[in-house]
Amino acid sequence: MNANKRKLLAESVQKAFKGLWSAFPILISVVLLISLVNVLVDAAFFAQFFGKNNALDLAVGATFGSILAGNPATSYVIGGELLGQGVSLLAVSAFLVCWVTVGVVQFPAESILLGKRFAIARNVSAFFCSIMVAVITVFLVGLL
Amino acid sequence: MTSENDNSCWYLLIFAIAAHILVFFLSPAKSYEAMNLFFKIIASIAPSLLLVFIFMALMNYYVKPKDLAKYMGKNSGAMGWVIAIVAGVLSTGPIYLWYPLLNDLQKQGVKSGLLAAFLYNRAVKIPLVPLMAFYFGFAYVFILSITMVAVSVFQGLATEKIMEAIK
Repeated sequence: MNANKRKLLAESVQKAFKGLWSAFPILISVVLLISLVNVLVDAAFFAQFFGKNNALDLAVGATFGSILAGNPATSYVIGGELLGQGVSLLAVSAFLVCWVTVGVVQFPAESILLGKRFAIARNVSAFFCSIMVAVITVFLVGLL
Repeated sequence: MTSENDNSCWYLLIFAIAAHILVFFLSPAKSYEAMNLFFKIIASIAPSLLLVFIFMALMNYYVKPKDLAKYMGKNSGAMGWVIAIVAGVLSTGPIYLWYPLLNDLQKQGVKSGLLAAFLYNRAVKIPLVPLMAFYFGFAYVFILSITMVAVSVFQGLATEKIMEAIK
């Protein structure tokens, strides 16, 4: 490796380190908030809000999925439990997709690092697209 | 980040710590549980954080801003969407770990719609397919994943339109 390439590599590593380091307080904040939300919010509590009608269930599922955060595997377990309690697949699908695509808890971090306009636009469009994904998926599954 | 954003990130950290302190006084048991979970999450994301660091360094080394502008900039075509979708599906770890890398890409002129599509496709979790299929069946998981990939392009375009509208 010649001197120029070594210098470029050192600069690349340094730039990556600086980028991550500047985001460090934000990452720590997000994990702190996620750990609090996970402990304070009881997912089973949400089941009582479902069952009114399909359109409302869809909105409730998408809203709860947007508020709750954490490992996607957790959302599968909660989604499975909700299905077992008679909540519609439509609502559970919206819940699952919003859990991973919309981030109310992560919003401040996203806003700081990627810009408020981007964070608002991305989360709003992800919310409505998740509802669209839920409707299309349940419709197609119904055809099988 | 701007200096205003530099301050914002510290305010956010102070807010998060203050929330934990408040919970500690209201319910020490919940606070203990939350701190346990905090360290558990930190331990679980550490490998992904390392991966993001390596990606960032490699991108700085190999990818030139003009290449990024060509393939993922304003005038990038279908190739940009394909790159965003594939990278989103293959990326691992929590969504917020990728913000620093995306911040870099954004500064280098990558289209907002592509960044949004990347983040949306992170919902397609290949390693978690067996677990998801256990609860919902393989057919459901397959259809959901394909639908999410297809809708992600629409979502990226919608993000750009909304950003223009709220200028």
